[in-house]
Amino acid sequence: MEFKDYYQVMGIARDASQDEIKRAYRKLARKYHPDVSKEANAEEKFKDLGEAYEVLKDPEKRAAYDRVAAGRRHGERFTPPPDWDVGFDLHGEDIARGFSDFFESLFGGKPGRARWSADSQSWSPRIEGQDQYAKIYISLEDAFHGCTQAIKLGSSAIDRQSAASRKTRTLNVKIPRGVREGQHIRLPGQGSPGAGGGGNGDLFIEIRYRPHRLFRADGGDIVLELPVTPWEAALGETVIVPTLAGKVELTLPANAQAGQKLRLKARGLPGHPPGDQYVILRIVAPPALTEEAKALYRKMAQAMPMNPRKEMGI
Amino acid sequence: MGKDMLVTVSGVVLNEEVRFTLGELCETCKINAEFVLEMVEEGVVEPQEGATPPEWRFDAVACKRLQMALRLQRDLRVNLPGAALALDLLEELENLRRWQSASRP
Repeated sequence: MEFKDYYQVMGIARDASQDEIKRAYRKLARKYHPDVSKEANAEEKFKDLGEAYEVLKDPEKRAAYDRVAAGRRHGERFTPPPDWDVGFDLHGEDIARGFSDFFESLFGGKPGRARWSADSQSWSPRIEGQDQYAKIYISLEDAFHGCTQAIKLGSSAIDRQSAASRKTRTLNVKIPRGVREGQHIRLPGQGSPGAGGGGNGDLFIEIRYRPHRLFRADGGDIVLELPVTPWEAALGETVIVPTLAGKVELTLPANAQAGQKLRLKARGLPGHPPGDQYVILRIVAPPALTEEAKALYRKMAQAMPMNPRKEMGI
Repeated sequence: MGKDMLVTVSGVVLNEEVRFTLGELCETCKINAEFVLEMVEEGVVEPQEGATPPEWRFDAVACKRLQMALRLQRDLRVNLPGAALALDLLEELENLRRWQSASRP
């Protein structure tokens, strides 16, 4: 197992005062709270922070940890030295939830309920498993068609001696078609296991979309920016448009302008009702690379003079 | 664990069609009714339908907001009005981020 430098995790010096530790914890807890932070590994960081604080906030645990930590660096291989805790009373308090093997080897815990919590819970023989929260990133195609995706979960499994150990488990989760960004999928009984006859917690999975090359989602609607030529727009021609279900034909209104928004009804994400697809036109002018092309542009300037900056008063 | 041992599980999508009674909301979020009443009082969540608590029906957004408010209170020691403010600001931030990514070329 790896040694964890709790001072490094909290970004403080080894001789930091208890007040400094508390302040650092509160500041970082706000920064890395999984509900607040946009960082991809916020949950991991928040958990490490909670674990570090669990030890450093308690002068007794901190002193015992300091004895072990002397001369050791973050990440180096670690086995607890025998009798490392002689002279410290560390096991009077029951502590919680899915901390690292490193933590468990030193301060051995009992299972608790609150996975993201930094507050300890008192132990009782019958423990309901805690609810777990996780995010899953899926493509828009997967949201449209539905999919099955494997998700890795850290959980504090409880063995017969009621000792918590951190284990990773993998679940294959069915993602139904039409699921929207930010929605939760509730999986009853798939959270952390309970103990002493207590039931399992539930698992809540929040859906996030990965950025897509062409589309973006707005609720159940899909938005696509579509490049068209000036003549396609002016003449109202029929163009082929990609949708999540495949290509469709779209007839542009004559004299369509850049930025104009066209709606393809019910071509968005499935649902009741299904979303629409919005097509926003972007007019792309061909470069005048040949004499012939230049002549055509000059002819257009003569045949249909226009001042696009009229509204600017120029 | 080998790949062949992976079980596929399916759950319930908490989408816009889902409605919770007060009791169902309490069960889903593992909280008591007084707490929900406080949250309604504070404006953290609003029932979609119903005039009195037994008739109340909540949507999935209420469920999500309640759970977030609980975690913020527990993990960051904010009080209820503080959690309500944080939730509103987080929602606004998410909307702004969406606009920002929409206007990016």
